[in-house]
Amino acid sequence: MTTIDTTKPTPGAETPPVDNYLTHSTGIMSWLGTLDHKRIGVMYLVSILTAFFLGGMFAMLLRLELMFPGEQILSQDQYNMAFTLHGVIMVFLVIIPSVPASLGNFVLPIMLGAKDVAFPRLNLFSYYLWVTGAVLAVSSIFFGGVDTGWTLYVPYSTSGTQMNGILLVTFAVFVLGFSSIFTGINFIVTIHRLRPPGMTWFRMPLFLWAIYATGILQVMATPVIGITVALLAVERLFGIGIFDPALGGDPVLFQHFFWFYSHPAVYIMILPGMGIISELISVHSHKHIFGYKFIAFSSVAIAIFSFIVWGHHMFLSGQSPLMNVVFSAITFSVAIPSAVKVFNWLATLYKGSISFNTPMLYALSFLVLFTISGLTGLHLGTLATDIHLHDTYFVVAHFHYTMMGGALIAMIGGIHHWWPKITGRMYSEFLGRIACGLIFIGFNLTFFTQFMLGSKGMPRRYHDYAGDNWNPTVTELFGKYHFWSSIGSFVMAAGFFLIAFYLLHSLFRGKKAPANPWGGRSLEWQCASPPPHDNFSEPPHVGDPYDFTVLEWDEQEQGYHWRHDLKHEPGEA
Amino acid sequence: MTTTASTTHDHPDFLAHHWDTPKQQFEAGKLGMWLFLATEVLLFGGLFVGYAVWRGNHPELFKFGSQYLDTTMGAINTVVLILSSLTMAWAVTCAQRGNRKGLIIGLLLTLAGAGGFLGIKYFEYSHKFNEGWFPGAYFYDKPSDRSHTWDDNLPVPGAGQLVVPVPDTEARSIEELGLPADILVELSTVVPPGQGPSGLEELALTDTVHTDDHAEHEMHALQREDRPANAHMFFNIYFMMTGLHGLHVLGGVGVMIWLLIGAVKGRFNEKYFTPVDLGGLYWHIVDLIWIFLFPLFYLI
Repeated sequence: MTTIDTTKPTPGAETPPVDNYLTHSTGIMSWLGTLDHKRIGVMYLVSILTAFFLGGMFAMLLRLELMFPGEQILSQDQYNMAFTLHGVIMVFLVIIPSVPASLGNFVLPIMLGAKDVAFPRLNLFSYYLWVTGAVLAVSSIFFGGVDTGWTLYVPYSTSGTQMNGILLVTFAVFVLGFSSIFTGINFIVTIHRLRPPGMTWFRMPLFLWAIYATGILQVMATPVIGITVALLAVERLFGIGIFDPALGGDPVLFQHFFWFYSHPAVYIMILPGMGIISELISVHSHKHIFGYKFIAFSSVAIAIFSFIVWGHHMFLSGQSPLMNVVFSAITFSVAIPSAVKVFNWLATLYKGSISFNTPMLYALSFLVLFTISGLTGLHLGTLATDIHLHDTYFVVAHFHYTMMGGALIAMIGGIHHWWPKITGRMYSEFLGRIACGLIFIGFNLTFFTQFMLGSKGMPRRYHDYAGDNWNPTVTELFGKYHFWSSIGSFVMAAGFFLIAFYLLHSLFRGKKAPANPWGGRSLEWQCASPPPHDNFSEPPHVGDPYDFTVLEWDEQEQGYHWRHDLKHEPGEA
Repeated sequence: MTTTASTTHDHPDFLAHHWDTPKQQFEAGKLGMWLFLATEVLLFGGLFVGYAVWRGNHPELFKFGSQYLDTTMGAINTVVLILSSLTMAWAVTCAQRGNRKGLIIGLLLTLAGAGGFLGIKYFEYSHKFNEGWFPGAYFYDKPSDRSHTWDDNLPVPGAGQLVVPVPDTEARSIEELGLPADILVELSTVVPPGQGPSGLEELALTDTVHTDDHAEHEMHALQREDRPANAHMFFNIYFMMTGLHGLHVLGGVGVMIWLLIGAVKGRFNEKYFTPVDLGGLYWHIVDLIWIFLFPLFYLI
């Protein structure tokens, strides 16, 4: 792995361009004030992974607390604050911006053969909005904390005692919302206006379709959470009485507003992940994606459906039974485009020449985990079973399978896929596969036990599961599941630390990456690794992004390049 | 792509390096602005939905509360804002034609319109504040009745005081509310009439301590016992919607000043007028939102 001498130039390889985006200019200000989408993407990636570490630490605290019955390390109030901050960080700081802002920022313009996104200054501005939001959200813990859960439900958030904490978090969500909106606007306009000649809509890589659908959701849904948290903040500051029932307001209205955003937000989180999976599965199977148009349109269909299912979060909020039935029915119909994607991915794998590279292992993990999350979603969308499962660990397990097993696993797969392009270095394949295995096993151990906990009736957000009123047999059962769930989370954490180790290691000792290590056909594999400042020295060759027949493996280069027997046009790698 | 060719020649200063042609850059800016305007519509959309929900649940509050808005002032403001949209459109045309003087005059007139709007809004707001028609918990009969300010003795809203919803036992008839008889009215059932939420505390105080003071004051309509329960709720939504709109007008003033500086410096010409065009779009949406707010609050 790392024993290969990196200083020796690989014979036969094209001389790598001396100047790349990392060496183009130096100094801290050349990063902090950069307008280069690649550098902004890298800054996002580092920041988001830092936030992910922080949110993960809160998760570890929670798992330690719940490992055994009785109070372990957190008091009840601290426990409430810990799960709230875990949720706020993971949802608003990590998963919502994760793929579009970091990998999307880096890859999207290169996939389009463009020099940059449409509005580079807006791009940098949205990064600093993210930083502001992150500082506000995390600092809330120093100002009394927040104990409402990430959903900030009224009246917890209007009548609780954590006045400053709530205000900081609402401001944070507002600011982060605008960061997300600006990213969405930027990407939509970029895809509309900066596609190179020859790249029609149906010649775009599917990752771009996913980012496009996500952008629509970001633009259309996020303003609603903006006005909601603004109203909540004004409510808190001036007691304006929009949501607070004590002032004549309507707390269920808050839930409607909140989920009108937060349900589409689920797809803001998962759609880019699905886009990554479409790329990974096709590239690492070396086979044309199956059902391109179906996958592309299913992204759009999911985006549209996502706006009309928010009521399924509120089956027990007292909304009318008719609405429950309607929302339940529409919720089931979301399964159709999701299943279209899964079956198309499976069909792509069928008879493909699958390389079990680390990114591909994550893609396969995604298929398993996302399918479980989707199928358990049906239990929750069914009105009768939802009454039993509502606010139990079943829900917790379901959305962790979606958010983490779906969105985050896809993002980690994407990081491994584009890592050679971003850094110009190869990581250890061996350690990568081990880490993926650890995470897969740890994840299932952590959250599958929670499905069982939930179906046995363990409510979510409980600090403890023992006490005077608890049946000893129940406590014992819950104790067993919680114990193994915690063990699983430690295994998962070990996997993440292993990833951090070998990725950082690769930065210094990694083998130099070829321009196209996996055999990808989309445009980003046609420029050098890492890309030069302007992305392409010559205009890239646009074609079918999944036609891998034009590439062949070069043993010396340890990468793929254009087949020698085909006509070689300038710019083709 | 013609990138290599266009960077060497025919690449004007205002054209960012990643665009091929000024037209491409202009169209991208315009698309981005339209998307931003869509988010603005949705931002206000949340409030409009809130308005609809509230009006559906408490029609009597809107019937009652809207009497205390000054329709004349609202109408004048509507005219001022529409005229300023006209001058803005004129400024944009001047910019596109390279008429710098016309652009500056157009922007100045628009600024005057924005200032006029905010000025009238200031008088409207300050009148309401003087009368104590604050939103939510600070809705009082008259601030001068208050023996203390909100941050010492008064309950801080949401500081743990939960007012249990009390059914309105003195249900009033539809006729008394002055509503057409064929409308189904569901009376507010949250808090007994005449008592704002923090007014619960306040009235308890005034009953024992300030009873005489109370009698000395001329009874304002909003102080009357027969006003609908939760009259403050009308002012909640009124202040939120017009306040957010006012903030957008303020933002528009900032944009206009920035454009004006650019125009005076001669940054814009018939080839490059994107900022003026986009600023104009923004100003029109601000105008358009007011055109919905005015009838919703003042007229119906």
